[in-house]
Amino acid sequence: MSPTALELAAAVRTAERSARDAVAASIEAIAAGDGAIHAFVEVLADRALARAEQIDAAVAAGSDPGPLAGVPVALKDNLCTRGVPTTCASRILGTWCPPYDATVVERLERAGAVVVGKTNMDEFAMGSSTENSCFGPTRNPRDHARVPGGSSGGSAAAVAAGFVPLALGSDTGGSIRQPAAFCGVVGVKPTYGLVSRYGLVAFASSLDQIGPFAATVADAAAALAAIAGHDERDSTSLSDPVPELAAAVGRGVLGRRIGVVKELVDGVDRPVAARAREAAEAMAAAGATVEEVSIPQLRYGLAAYYLLAPAEASSNLARFDGVRYGLRVDAPDASAMNVATRTEGFGAEVKRRIMLGTYALSAGYYDAYYARAQRVRTLVAQGFGRAFATFDALLGATTPTTAFALGERTENPLAMYLSDTCTVPASLAGIPAISVPFGADPAGLPVGVQVMAPALGESTLFAVAGALERAAPPERRP
Amino acid sequence: MTGLPDGWEVVVGLEVHCELATATKLFCGCANAFGAEPNTNVCPVCLGLPGSLPVLNRRAVELAMRIGVALGARIAPSVFHRKNYFYPDMPKDFQISQYDAPINRGGRLELPDGTVVGIERAHLEEDTGKTTHVGGTGRIGGADRALVDYNRAGVPLVEIVSAPDIRSAAQARAYVAELRAILVATGASDGRMEEGSLRVDANVSVRRPGGPLGTRCEIKNLNSMRSLGRAIEFEAARQIAQCAAGGQVVQETRHWDEDRGETVPMRSKEEAEDYRYFPEPDLVPLEPDQRWQAEVAASIGPLPAERRVRLLHLLGAAPTPAQAEQVRSVVASDLDALVVAACEHGAPASLALARTANEVAAEPSSAARLDPAAFATLLVLEASGELATSQSKQVLAELLATGGDPAEIARRLGFEPMDRGELAGVIEQVIAEHPEDWARFAGGEDKVRGPLIGAVRKATGNKADPAAVGRYLDERRARGS
Repeated sequence: MSPTALELAAAVRTAERSARDAVAASIEAIAAGDGAIHAFVEVLADRALARAEQIDAAVAAGSDPGPLAGVPVALKDNLCTRGVPTTCASRILGTWCPPYDATVVERLERAGAVVVGKTNMDEFAMGSSTENSCFGPTRNPRDHARVPGGSSGGSAAAVAAGFVPLALGSDTGGSIRQPAAFCGVVGVKPTYGLVSRYGLVAFASSLDQIGPFAATVADAAAALAAIAGHDERDSTSLSDPVPELAAAVGRGVLGRRIGVVKELVDGVDRPVAARAREAAEAMAAAGATVEEVSIPQLRYGLAAYYLLAPAEASSNLARFDGVRYGLRVDAPDASAMNVATRTEGFGAEVKRRIMLGTYALSAGYYDAYYARAQRVRTLVAQGFGRAFATFDALLGATTPTTAFALGERTENPLAMYLSDTCTVPASLAGIPAISVPFGADPAGLPVGVQVMAPALGESTLFAVAGALERAAPPERRP
Repeated sequence: MTGLPDGWEVVVGLEVHCELATATKLFCGCANAFGAEPNTNVCPVCLGLPGSLPVLNRRAVELAMRIGVALGARIAPSVFHRKNYFYPDMPKDFQISQYDAPINRGGRLELPDGTVVGIERAHLEEDTGKTTHVGGTGRIGGADRALVDYNRAGVPLVEIVSAPDIRSAAQARAYVAELRAILVATGASDGRMEEGSLRVDANVSVRRPGGPLGTRCEIKNLNSMRSLGRAIEFEAARQIAQCAAGGQVVQETRHWDEDRGETVPMRSKEEAEDYRYFPEPDLVPLEPDQRWQAEVAASIGPLPAERRVRLLHLLGAAPTPAQAEQVRSVVASDLDALVVAACEHGAPASLALARTANEVAAEPSSAARLDPAAFATLLVLEASGELATSQSKQVLAELLATGGDPAEIARRLGFEPMDRGELAGVIEQVIAEHPEDWARFAGGEDKVRGPLIGAVRKATGNKADPAAVGRYLDERRARGS
C-alpha cells in the first residue's frame, strides 16, 4: 500500500524520506503502469525531480517547504501550467503552452507539492467516461475493460492506480465525483467560489469548480486546504474564510442530522442503492439522526444542466478560432479559417454541446430554454435550501451505476448524460459535495456515496465523509 | 437647416462610444494608452487566453457614473452580459458589455441652443483590438494579410445612446460637441476624436413632419464632426429620394465612405447577427451603494453649460456670434478657467476670451503652463495701446513657449511702446501729407481708414498700434476738426 499524501509529507518534512525519492517512485510507477491505463497525457519527470531536489534542499536548510512537501500530484490537463502544454485533450489547442500558472497550481507548489504530470480528460471536460479525448481513452485501474468515468478520468485513475496520492480535477456537473466513484477514490467538488478558477480553461463558468482526488478523506482535506481561499484574479471567488477542513475529518457525526435524498437513491441501480442505504445505516450507527428526505426539484436538474452548461460553453469556446493560438487551418478569409479550424479541431461531443448551447441562447429560444433552465436552477437551489433547514448534510448515490464498459455509451449521448444525474444538482446549487468509496457491486466494482452540505459547509462535509470512510466495508480488490 | 426638400424631416439618434481616461484597462492591469507599439499593452486577460478571467476596474465604474451624473441619468444596479460574435480583433469572440441592465439609465442633454436631447442609457463595455489589412489592395476584401493589434482590446468604453430627438446634421454635431465637452469636463475622457477616443454611430430615418418614424439605417465609421454632418445629410437625401421614388427604406447597417462622400450597405437586418446575449458568469452584478454614488457626484465640477454662463457673465454685454462660438470652444477645450483667472487679474474679458480661444487653444500643450497673471498683464498692455495687437501676439507666443514677464519680453523683442504725444504728432503729420484721404475719411468714407493707419504705421516703422491709431482718427473725425 502506498503511503498517503500526509504520511509522505510528514516523512519529507522530517527528512525521513527525500522528496526526490518520493517523486522518483511516482514517476517510476507511472512508467511501469500507465501504458495499460493511460491516465497521463504528459509526464514532467525532469521538472518534477528538479523541484523535488529544491524541496530537499529547503528541508536540509531547516526551512519548511509546506504541508504537502514532496507530495507528487497530477493535474487535469485543463489547468494552466506555465510553459507546459495545456491541451484540454483537444486537437484545437495543439501544443499551446500557457504563459502562466493557474492559481491552484501556484498554491499547490507553495504548499510543497510537486507536479509530476498532466492527466487525460474528456475534451474540454465534456463527457463522463474520458473517451472523448484526442489522445484516446483512459482505462479504469480496477477493470481495464471499463471507463474510469469523466471528465476528470485521468486524475481519478492516476490516484486509483497508486501513481500519485493526490490529483486535481474540475467538476462542472460531476466530473470529479463520478470518476472518483467509478475508480474507488475520494473526490471533492467544493462550494462554488471556494477555489479560484483562474487558470482553469472554462467549460461552464457558473458551474466549474476545481477539486482534489485522493485515496483518503484526510488527504483530500489537506489538498483542498492548500488550494482554497480568496483570489483577487477570480471575481467569483468568495472572500469568506476557508472552512475548517483537516480537523473536521475525525470529528464524527454524533448528533448530526443527515438526510437521505430519496431522488438520489430510488432511481439508481440496485447494488448502488444498497450501498447508499448501508452508508446511511452506518451513519445512524455512528450517532447521527438519519431520515429520508425528498427534494422533487432534483428531477429537473439534469435537463436544466444540459441547457445551461452548453450555453456557457458555446460562448467560452468561441475563442478557439485559429487566430491567436493552437490549431489553424488556413482558408481564404478569416471567417472560413474559423470554420475550418473549428471543424477540424473540435471533437463530436464538443461540437454537439456548442450547437446545443448556441441554440439555447438564440433569439426566440432564449426564454424557452436558457431563461427557463435558470429558473429551474433556482428551484433546485431552493429545494436544497429547504432540506438544509432540517438537515446538516445530505446523502445519496454519486452515480446511477458503477463503471460501465469502454465503448458502451459512446454512440448514445443521452445514456452518457444520464450518468451525471446524481451529481448535477449540487453543481446547479453551488453547494459542496464529496464522493467517498463505500463497498462494491457484485462484480467488485467500487461504489461511491455522495455527501452534500450547504454552501461553505465543508467542515460538515468532511466530518460525514470521514465517518463514512471509517465505516466503509473493507476493500475487496479483485 | 440643410437642403432637405420641403415636407421632409430627418430623425437622428446617436450612439457615442467614449474611451474612458483610466490608467488601466476595464478587466486587467494593462495600460490604457494610445499609440504604443502593437501588442505591447497585453496580458492573458485582455488577450482572452484560455483560463484567464476578468476583474472589473473600479475607476472605470467611477468614470461611467460621472457620465451618468452629468447627464442626469439614474445610476442603477447593473449586470454585464456577453455579446457573442466572431471577429479576429475580439480576443474572446465575445464582448463583455451591458445589455438589459445598464449602469446609467435615462437622462438628458441640453444643447447650447436650448434643444433637449433625451439619453436612453450610458453603459460600460470593453473595446476591441484593431485590424490592419496589408498587402494587395489594402482594403478588407483585397488584402493579402490582416494584422491585429490587441493594445486596444479591453480598453473601457461607455456607450451613450441618445433618443431619436435630433432633427438635423447641425444639431447632431452640436450634440456631439456638447457631449464631448461634458466628457472632458468630468474627466471621463480626453475626448480626442482623432485618436478614436470618441466614436459615433448615427441612426438616421426620414419622415413627414409629425408622421410616424421611418425605417432607420445605422451609419458607422463617423470619425470626425465633418463626417458626421456629411453622412447624415447624404443619408437623409438618399432615403428621401428612395421614398419619393415610391420605394422603401431597408433597415440596414451602412458604412460611411469619407472619400466618396456616401454611405454604402454593410449588412441588412435579415443577415444581422444574433448576439446571443447572456449574463457574464465570470463577473458579479455591479451595485454601487449610495455612499459611493454620492462620492462620485461630489467629485464632479461645474458642467460646460454652467461654465459658459460664467464666461458670458464676464463679457457683460450680449455676445457677438463670434464670441458665443469662442465661449463654446474655450469651455470645450477646458480653457475657460484661464479666461476667468485672467479677468480676475484685470484683463478685459473680450480680449482674454479671444486670445484664449485662438492663440492659446492653438498650443494645447503649453496652455496649462500659462500663468494667468502674466497673461492678464500682457492683455492690459495691449488694451491700453502700449502694445500693438501683432506685438501682443508675438509676446504671447513667447509667453506660451517660455513663460516670463510680458513687459520684459516686449522690451527684449524691441516693442517700445510709443508715447501718446509722439504718436499724435506722427498722425497729424500723416494727415497733413495726405489731405485728400483725410477729407474722404472725414466725409464718412471708411474704406480709407485702413490706408491712413497703414501710412502712420509705415511712418513709425510699424511701432504704432493700429488700434490706437484708429481710435485717434475716429476721435478726430468725431470732433469734426
